[in-house]
Amino acid sequence: MRPQIRNELRRRNRRNQIKEFVIQGVLIASSFVAILTTIGIVASLVFEAFRFFEKIPLTEFLFSLEWSPQTAIRADQVGASGKFGVIPLLTGTLLISFIAMLVATPLGLLSAIYLAEFAKAKTRDIVKPLLELLAGIPTVVYGFFAALVVAPIIRATGSGAGFDISSESALAAGLVMGVMLIPFISSLSDDVINAVPQALRDASFGMGATHEETVTKVIIPAATPGIIGSLLLAISRAIGETMIVVMAAGLAANLTLNPFEAVTTMTVQIVTLLTGDQEFDSAKTLAAFAIALFLLILTLGLNIIALRIVDKYKKKYA
Amino acid sequence: MIIETKTSQAIQSNTPTIMTANNVDVFYGKKQAICNVSLNIPENQITALIGPSGCGKSTFLRCFNRMNDTINICRVSGEIKFSGQNIYDPKVDVVALRSRIGMVFQKANPFPKSIFENVAYGPRIHGLAESKDELESIVIRSLKRAGLYDEVSDRLSEPGTSLSGGQQQRLCIARAIAVDPQVILMDEPCSALDPIATAIIEDLMETMKKKYTIVIVTHSMQQAARVSQQTAFFHLGELVESGDTQAIFTNPIQERTQNYISGRIG
Amino acid sequence: MPNYILSTSRLMAKRHAREKRFKWYGRIAIFISIAFLVFMFSAIIFRGASAFQQTKISLDINFSESILDPSSSRDPDLLKRANYKPIVVESLLSVIPEVTERRDRNRLYKLLSTGAVFDLSEKVADDPSILGKSKKVWLLASSEVDLFMKGKIDPNVSEDLRRLKDRDIEWIEILKSEGRIKKKFNKTLFTNGDSREPEMAGILGAAIGSFFSLLVCFLIAFPLGILTAVYLEEYAKKNFITDFIEVNINNLAAVPSIVFGLLGLSIFLNFFHLPRSTPLVGGIVLALMTLPTIIIASRSILRSIPQSIRDAALGLGASKTQTTFHHVVPLAMPGMLTGTILGMARALGETAPLLMIGMVAFIVDIPKGVTDVATSLPVQIFLWADSPEKGFVERTSAAIMVLLAFLILMNICAVYLRKRLERRW
Repeated sequence: MRPQIRNELRRRNRRNQIKEFVIQGVLIASSFVAILTTIGIVASLVFEAFRFFEKIPLTEFLFSLEWSPQTAIRADQVGASGKFGVIPLLTGTLLISFIAMLVATPLGLLSAIYLAEFAKAKTRDIVKPLLELLAGIPTVVYGFFAALVVAPIIRATGSGAGFDISSESALAAGLVMGVMLIPFISSLSDDVINAVPQALRDASFGMGATHEETVTKVIIPAATPGIIGSLLLAISRAIGETMIVVMAAGLAANLTLNPFEAVTTMTVQIVTLLTGDQEFDSAKTLAAFAIALFLLILTLGLNIIALRIVDKYKKKYA
Repeated sequence: MIIETKTSQAIQSNTPTIMTANNVDVFYGKKQAICNVSLNIPENQITALIGPSGCGKSTFLRCFNRMNDTINICRVSGEIKFSGQNIYDPKVDVVALRSRIGMVFQKANPFPKSIFENVAYGPRIHGLAESKDELESIVIRSLKRAGLYDEVSDRLSEPGTSLSGGQQQRLCIARAIAVDPQVILMDEPCSALDPIATAIIEDLMETMKKKYTIVIVTHSMQQAARVSQQTAFFHLGELVESGDTQAIFTNPIQERTQNYISGRIG
Repeated sequence: MPNYILSTSRLMAKRHAREKRFKWYGRIAIFISIAFLVFMFSAIIFRGASAFQQTKISLDINFSESILDPSSSRDPDLLKRANYKPIVVESLLSVIPEVTERRDRNRLYKLLSTGAVFDLSEKVADDPSILGKSKKVWLLASSEVDLFMKGKIDPNVSEDLRRLKDRDIEWIEILKSEGRIKKKFNKTLFTNGDSREPEMAGILGAAIGSFFSLLVCFLIAFPLGILTAVYLEEYAKKNFITDFIEVNINNLAAVPSIVFGLLGLSIFLNFFHLPRSTPLVGGIVLALMTLPTIIIASRSILRSIPQSIRDAALGLGASKTQTTFHHVVPLAMPGMLTGTILGMARALGETAPLLMIGMVAFIVDIPKGVTDVATSLPVQIFLWADSPEKGFVERTSAAIMVLLAFLILMNICAVYLRKRLERRW
């Protein structure tokens, strides 16, 4: 080989190596954004929550049954310190999520089963996009609908039946949130049901089982772990949902399990504490971060458990 | 091609026929998978369907208990009689039919339930047991008939999937037996098993045929020769030749059969 | 025995009935879900459709020089600050002469929107030669009049319970009989920013705010998402760090959106001191939120590209980077773009995190850049839904319809891209 060519090739090779190196560096750097985001979230929440717990003891936050974060104008005013017990917020959140799951679980599961097992291809092609449409609607729209349409209907029905229902009842927020979760549950369960091997269906049909028996006695039991996983994911979504509850649930931290009463949720309180005028160091604003930390732990915990269950399930039939 | 004289030897006239297929065609969409097949299944004997892969033998087997119904694009024409009744008649209840004609699949497919529940599944859905004791006795009897009971009697509550491949396949046989069918269809039941497990199942079939009629699809000519009394050779969706197993393997009439059993096609 | 397989037994009938029932449960579940969807859409359309029209009142305005510009200076500043109320009242009185008392005149004037005079001053500013002449002008009616014209105020309700009194209604009837009051297409809704007065409120400001936020979001999330996906699929070896990144991404996808808002508040606003309430910060927060979605979607696209393509390029002596960026990424681009558009559609509807970074203020001006104070469409919906004025109800619904239209448009784009450009391997 002529020496000029050899040198040229060597130079190109060097240049290419440097280029590869730089590009890989850029790629790695961008992947680290995801890690940085996580660190940012955890750090900011932990840091601010820590400052909150310097003012309000952790035990009060976790075990006090009262939530009234009004800070006083004068130091000697009644209730000057405010009460920061997260329990009423937690029960409110869980109550609304429970109502939502009560709506979404049967509707989502039955829809998924029907679409995966019984529906004709044509029906499926029409219905599936419609259900997905339900998932694409912004939550602020659900919130508006819950507050302006569903809540008055529930109130009117209630007073017709002799119940006194709050205009910001947990029921209205929960119902609408449930509808929001239907497509979530149905599409996840659909995947899970489709993952059940055809061999099990064949076995059951070959025994002379009806399609219904095959579904309820073979497919659903086989798919149960996956279905539970998808329900857990839905619950995690319900707990973290903000706009529907901000618009349709109340602000009053009632410690109640009555769905006709107004309750408040963790997300509602975060929004209320942090919108409008705020002083950054007051226990009131810092409390929002403590709640958010609590919320993050709750949803991430649920999520990790759910993903584990689903993963295990998928491996079983992979 | 002439497919008129495909029966080389008439089946011994002294064995009664339990199922008869007359001019069966099967289509997958536009593609024809089975072409004008007629075959008699003698009672309490083992009939083997052999042929190269893709010849339609499994498809034909699945016609006997209408398993092809579960495939949307599949269409069956012609008639298959079971005890004189055409099973493709609209009046026939396919669920009831399959309780008379059971099936064992290529790959063992126990339900993800306990051994006991696997076998109890059929009797439960068909309402065959009046009481718990009766159900238990059906399960035990079926496991015994499938030659599995001695191996699993102390762990009936363990999952069926924890058994070995051969045991799983026998569990599926026990499960099929539990509803007391008259015919058992077997779709290459030993293709995923080692020779020892295969031998056990072949022995089992020998004893089972006293009580049941068995139709088995196999890709192994040796297996067909070992276990069956009647053999039907399929090629490209057609039934080339059928008749007494010994005659087919020693003295086939059709050239294609000759070519297949001597290993020239397949 | 032959009849055994016929469906005659009672047990069989029962089993088939159960199957039928079960199927109906499924159908009913689907029906309820879709019925809810239809109910919601029709409720919103029913409430919002009227917002696309707006009541206007036509008056013969005498642009009297002696009132508007007594010094004849034609100074634009003075003209702008001039008091237009008298000329409006005068022309109103010419239609409804029986009003004499001062209090009633003020009431009469209230039939018009407070914004009506701004329209007039704008007209004069555009064309000062109009001064001294008389001209027929369509002016914005007040929200109450607008609601009445749309049949949303019931005149049979006791007078104490409505803001529009019987007197006002009489005047409206007079205007009606002279053809001076009419519903016209509501241009204001699409050309104005927010306002305290429903009849003057529009969604342009919010829409532009949304646009800027999404622009920032796209510029950050699209390159970052694709590069991360490329790294994880094409370069990364399976080790502790890549596992960690994967776990991170999966979990970030499940973090409640409001937590991202808190991240924006404490890191970008309080730590980096980026400008509050701006599309810049909103876009960054939305980008971090959509990043996991884009990464996950892009990875599955990259995974679907057959190994043979890479082998072919590598076999010709291309480097890893050349193979990836000359062959794999271009093939995956349509799919990744589709995933990004769907992620952006999600971001467009997102509200909660924006509340946290202050994009929830009352903003009249239309933002001109990413560092201008702004809201976004969903936040505007939230704000209007919270307003006590009745006139905002229909506008909220209308804003929702516009938002949904944008979302559907984005989804159609994504589907089109996928159909048009995606290959099947």
